[in-house]
Amino acid sequence: MSVTETTPPVTPQSAEGPQRSSFRNILRVAEIDSRLLGMLGALAIIWIVFHILSGGTFLTARNLWNLSVQTAVVAIMATGMVMVIVSRNIDLSVGSMLGMLGMTMAVVQTEVLPKWLGLGHWAIFPLTLIFGLVLGALVGGLQGVAVAYVRVPSFIVTLGGYLVWRGAAWALSRGRTIAPMDRTFQLLGGGSRGAIGETWTWIVAAVLCLGIIFLMWNARRQRIKFGFRLRPKWAEIGIGVISCAAVLGTVFVLNRYYLPENLAKRYAIEHGIAYPPGGLQIPLGLANPVLIVLGVAMVMTFVATRRKFGRYVFAIGGNPEAAELGGINTRRTLVKTFVLMGILVAIAAAVSIGRLNAATSGLGTLSELYVIAAAVIGGTSLLGGIGTIPGAVLGALVTQSLQSGMVLMGIESAYQQIVIGIVLVIAVAIDSVFRKRATT
Amino acid sequence: MNSTMRDRPPLVELRHIRVAFGGVHAVDDVTVDLYPGEVVALVGGNGAGKTTLIKTLSGAHRADSGEILIDGQQVHIMGPRDAKALGVETIYQTLALADNIDAPGNMFLGRELVSRWKTLDYSAMEDATRRVMGRLNPKFLNFKDPVASLSGGQRQSVAIAKAVHFNARILIMDEPTASLGPAETAQVGELVKQLKAEGIGIFLISHDIHDVFDLADRISVMATGQLVGTVNKSDVTMDEVLAMIIMGKRADEVTPTDLEHLHE
Repeated sequence: MSVTETTPPVTPQSAEGPQRSSFRNILRVAEIDSRLLGMLGALAIIWIVFHILSGGTFLTARNLWNLSVQTAVVAIMATGMVMVIVSRNIDLSVGSMLGMLGMTMAVVQTEVLPKWLGLGHWAIFPLTLIFGLVLGALVGGLQGVAVAYVRVPSFIVTLGGYLVWRGAAWALSRGRTIAPMDRTFQLLGGGSRGAIGETWTWIVAAVLCLGIIFLMWNARRQRIKFGFRLRPKWAEIGIGVISCAAVLGTVFVLNRYYLPENLAKRYAIEHGIAYPPGGLQIPLGLANPVLIVLGVAMVMTFVATRRKFGRYVFAIGGNPEAAELGGINTRRTLVKTFVLMGILVAIAAAVSIGRLNAATSGLGTLSELYVIAAAVIGGTSLLGGIGTIPGAVLGALVTQSLQSGMVLMGIESAYQQIVIGIVLVIAVAIDSVFRKRATT
Repeated sequence: MNSTMRDRPPLVELRHIRVAFGGVHAVDDVTVDLYPGEVVALVGGNGAGKTTLIKTLSGAHRADSGEILIDGQQVHIMGPRDAKALGVETIYQTLALADNIDAPGNMFLGRELVSRWKTLDYSAMEDATRRVMGRLNPKFLNFKDPVASLSGGQRQSVAIAKAVHFNARILIMDEPTASLGPAETAQVGELVKQLKAEGIGIFLISHDIHDVFDLADRISVMATGQLVGTVNKSDVTMDEVLAMIIMGKRADEVTPTDLEHLHE
């Protein structure tokens, strides 16, 4: 390995770096995204402040477990919203689409399929889910075609969609609440049965750690192969250890949330275990919605950063003319981003009705705003071209943390909205100040 | 222009090209050609139609009528992809860079290298970019940051590197030195001579008459969408070309009085 040969001469930039700010220089050498780090810091502050203000109830396994489940629906949609916003568009219809798709899937699984298959048939779940995903793709695609080929601004198309899909959800249900959902569907929503248990949670954590190590090793191997400058060893090892520790630590905390007493008793009876006087501690493990978020975030990160499609979306956001002149089919790419958004809304809708065990025509009201806020707080620029999937998931976690923290403190929902609105504006303001400073 | 070149068919012929925007003829029945290893400069005032004409060859615009021949064969260029497939590379005046993407990403925009698994091969793209840059601009070292953070000259290098890497046979340079300092301008000049020696045909659009006389073999002058005339550089003086640009008259029609007016 010929590191000395390939290391370029010290550039003026890096020479003056240490005097200016050694911390920033460390981040640069270690190739750590300072924005993501800043968000993690902000999240930590929010958690600690709420922990103190709520008298020690925020940073408990029980609350963090609930937080992870509550974040799921918004986080799933936010990953798609990043792509839409990066392409210089917006989707205001996701909340209404969530309501319409959730309602449609509810009707299909409770009223349509049972007629043919009988109630409780195993095929109801997969058929309903596939139907929902296809419908989501079609609805997203329809809006995408209007944006990309008919050239109606996405703000208008999806504002129309906002009304249309909400109206459709109501027309379908006539204001009824449809419940209960199919039993397999309920598992999608989490809850006491919709979690994978202690052992599987540790297995997931181990797989994630191995994945992190593999990706880092692979990246290093590529650099060696082409003789590029390597990340310093201390940075590689440090990042690897911290990432794995974070994964294992999270799992450790989540595994400390046990089945509530009455459910634990029922579990004991079902499994023929004598219920001990001290209580039975059965960890729920990762909830299914959290697993879905993990899967969605990984797939979307892959699509955004490793596939041509993702590269094209960013190119369109950076300079649509350059993308066009580069021979990229910009219209087809835009339609695809909206199709992807529709599919993600369908997944979120399935989780949502599973969690509520019901569908109402008001399902998803206002969630478009939380989804957009999550993407923007997570560093997505409304001017297009800039945004990350992990950032959006973290953004969703930040908004949800604020919300549930305020719930714990007993703050009324009117004031919660005021706080979240203010935080959104402040987050973007701080971001634009930092970005200006970074470019000068 | 020596006579042996003339024996072969032109590399490119644009015949009777017309482009209209609404009722305005941006390009009106213009015919130009280009031989291998030759630099043809397209000159004319603002709005003369140079860029629009050349966009019909680069695939950014479609001509309303007229035909394009490459190696004597008629071709149909429906978009930038078609042009590139025919070996036509373009360096646009605006550079056409996505500011949020790094240099390798811009160089391969629309033609990304992918691995066996159809994933973007970042390392291979960076490697190829480093190689081209090593030739074009060895001082260029920033391969990771978005090109928004680069200087004008470095951005220009990225745009030029694209054309060089993909082995253009026909190169269109639209105001390649407009945003450059003297040293970088000289560098572009050297590059043009080098590419020319490799047998590449170059259409050069420029406002700088000195650049044009330095680099071009022939000069096609356009005014208000029409071709005023095409002249061999060796047959004319700078003043005569300026007169063609300003007065829209052919070289042989320019009178000594016209030239005097020019200097008033």
